[in-house]
Amino acid sequence: MKNFIAKFINTSALSRDNSYCYQDVSVFLSDTSQLKSKEPFSLPESSKKPCIVCRNVNVFYKNKQAINDVSLDIYRREVLAIIGASGCGKSTFIRCLNRMNDTIEGCRVTGQILFDGIDIHSKDMDVVLLRARVGMVFQKPNPFPKSIYENVAYGPKIHGLAQSKRELDEIVEVSLRKAGLWDEVKDRLSHSGLSLSGGQQQRLCIARTIAVNPEVILMDEPCSALDPIATARIEELMAELSQEYAIVIVTHSLQQAARVSHRTAFFHLGSLIEIGPTEEIFTRPSKKLTEDYITGRFG
Amino acid sequence: MNRPSRIPTADIVRRSLPRRYKKERRFLIYGALSIVVCFLFLGIFFSGIFRMGWRAFFETRIKLPIYLDPELILPYNIKESDYGLVISQSLQRFFPDVTSRQEKRELSKLLGAGVEEVLKEFVIKHPEAVGSAVEIWLPAGDGINLINKGVISKERAIQAGLVTEGILQKFEQLSSDGRVSTGFNSRFFTSGDSHTPSMAGIGGAIVGSFYLMVVTFFLSFPIGVGAAIYLEECAPKSRLTDIIDININNLTAVPSIIFGLIGLAIFLNFFKLPRSSPLVGGLVLSLMTIPVIVIASKSALKSVPPSIREAALGVGASKIQTIFHHVVPLALPGMFTGAILGMARAVGETAPLLMVGMVAFVVDIPKKLMDPASALPVQIYLWSDQPDRAFNEKAAAAIIVLIFFMIAMNSAAIFLRKKYERKY
Ligand SMILES: Nc1ncnc2c1ncn2[C@@H]1O[C@H](COP(=O)(O)OP(=O)(O)O)[C@@H](O)[C@H]1O
Ligand SMILES: [Mg+2]
Repeated sequence: MKNFIAKFINTSALSRDNSYCYQDVSVFLSDTSQLKSKEPFSLPESSKKPCIVCRNVNVFYKNKQAINDVSLDIYRREVLAIIGASGCGKSTFIRCLNRMNDTIEGCRVTGQILFDGIDIHSKDMDVVLLRARVGMVFQKPNPFPKSIYENVAYGPKIHGLAQSKRELDEIVEVSLRKAGLWDEVKDRLSHSGLSLSGGQQQRLCIARTIAVNPEVILMDEPCSALDPIATARIEELMAELSQEYAIVIVTHSLQQAARVSHRTAFFHLGSLIEIGPTEEIFTRPSKKLTEDYITGRFG
Repeated sequence: MNRPSRIPTADIVRRSLPRRYKKERRFLIYGALSIVVCFLFLGIFFSGIFRMGWRAFFETRIKLPIYLDPELILPYNIKESDYGLVISQSLQRFFPDVTSRQEKRELSKLLGAGVEEVLKEFVIKHPEAVGSAVEIWLPAGDGINLINKGVISKERAIQAGLVTEGILQKFEQLSSDGRVSTGFNSRFFTSGDSHTPSMAGIGGAIVGSFYLMVVTFFLSFPIGVGAAIYLEECAPKSRLTDIIDININNLTAVPSIIFGLIGLAIFLNFFKLPRSSPLVGGLVLSLMTIPVIVIASKSALKSVPPSIREAALGVGASKIQTIFHHVVPLALPGMFTGAILGMARAVGETAPLLMVGMVAFVVDIPKKLMDPASALPVQIYLWSDQPDRAFNEKAAAAIIVLIFFMIAMNSAAIFLRKKYERKY
């Protein structure tokens, strides 16, 4: 158990050392420094280094442009919320970050996305490795039609993260604990993942994602299919996870964005209109469009 | 408010309701009617086949004392002995009043044409009985068999020359002695084809069909599923894959006899594979079945929800891992269903087998894939072509067996589908 955690801390520490600072960061650093302390989601000092840097990202479906010249950074141990009207390209953008758009026929991404200083579209970045390091939780809970144990163990298994069955058991337990699901499922690990309720399924998916110990977790409207109680549960979980991971969450609930995120990005028709500390975006947006959206004048 | 009229919506809707309900009722009646028609035809078909075929599953047997003459059955020559002579001598001993040559010859019609074989099997099984007289149940002659099972009347049988008055008298005498019985004809399932109806069976045809299925399955399933996985999951969508798709669909509509011709040209004439062999027949049926399996497998793969793929890719599974760990297991029941339906079609196929020579008269039960063999549908075709009524009865019985196999296979397909339906 200790071994396993130590190993993981080691590897993440290593990757942090290797990280590479993008020059343009200063702009955003000044932004984050303005962020007022916001318990319990205060941004720790060590997170002030971007782990994903996007510059001039454009996405096209066939010839239709869905994302228009978006540049933003994602820091370690922060929760970045992406808000915007439906169809404005939030999902499209977040799916660029782990190259999930590769699977869509006719989808083309241009511009630079640097993860740990490496362009994710370059030959130096393997897509399997990228997805192991940038995990994703989807809008609809999508557990594998296998046992709860198998769901969580699958990622570690294919990546060879566990040397033995014992180690694998540990990973599964730790992940389920982190996802706040352990106490509910520990007696029925062999039951199908589909036998769980919607909220539990989504937490199982989160456990499945963190079992691979990624550096970034992408969440695309993770609560839109859940009831308020399950939603509250997942929001709590995000606060805990942000102690370790960078989290990018797409949400159409402004309250949720305000509750869970350190920074908020507002998208409109495929363009990034404004990004900044959540408090600022919600209290003093600098753009008219943002103000209209958060005051409910459209969208 | 954009409607100018002032009539409330409720009134308009209410007015249209009777018309709508009438339409619905009419549709339901049409539907029920078509179902009735389907079942009517099915009923006519099944009852006809059954009335004709059930008798072939039974045979009339006569119990006779047979003296296993040690002078005729020599221990070192059990297999080659003249059992016909043994039987005719015993018959004479049993009916001492028969003296004339003519009557003696007719007496042999009391028993079936294959009784020598039955007796031989008995002696091989009980060699110690040689030298003693034993009571044995022997199959009755075809004429007697038909009369006893009520296929034709006595008068008609005598008119047709199947039996004579004298034989009938003897049979009735035996019957009143309790020496006649009707029993399940297991030989029908174990023996090969024969020139005499009472000895002919579908054993050889079943084995031939079984070999065909084995060859067809093991060729067409891996190839079909592999092609489907490649086309659906791996190949980049392009004009070429579209053309391939269309052509695979076209292949399923190609008349089966064309596949037989291809088999004749390629496997027999070019590769010089043995004629009439289940191997070649299976190859031909595979050609027919592969497109069916490809199409079924493709749609099975397509129906796996994309969310499962995304989930696997999202934790960092590679494309092939995603396919083989998650997509294929979910698609497998659909693939098997398609394969079973394709195989059920193949097992009932006759035309392509005719082209590769599987219509031969085959007495021996095939032991290898290269042995000449026949198949159930071909056997049906051969028997229904015979003028002899007893053979038509056999054909009907073989149809019952074939239909039974089909129902079993289709049920298996439905069972698989129900069992694994929408687990996600
Ligand atoms: N697979 C696709 N093919 C073509 N267009 C797409 C596809 N997915 C999304 N789009 C288009 O891209 C735009 C952004 O969609 P999306 O990113 O899903 O929006 P959001 O998640 O913000 O609601 C929409 O106009 C949508 O129609
Ligand atoms: Mg979306």
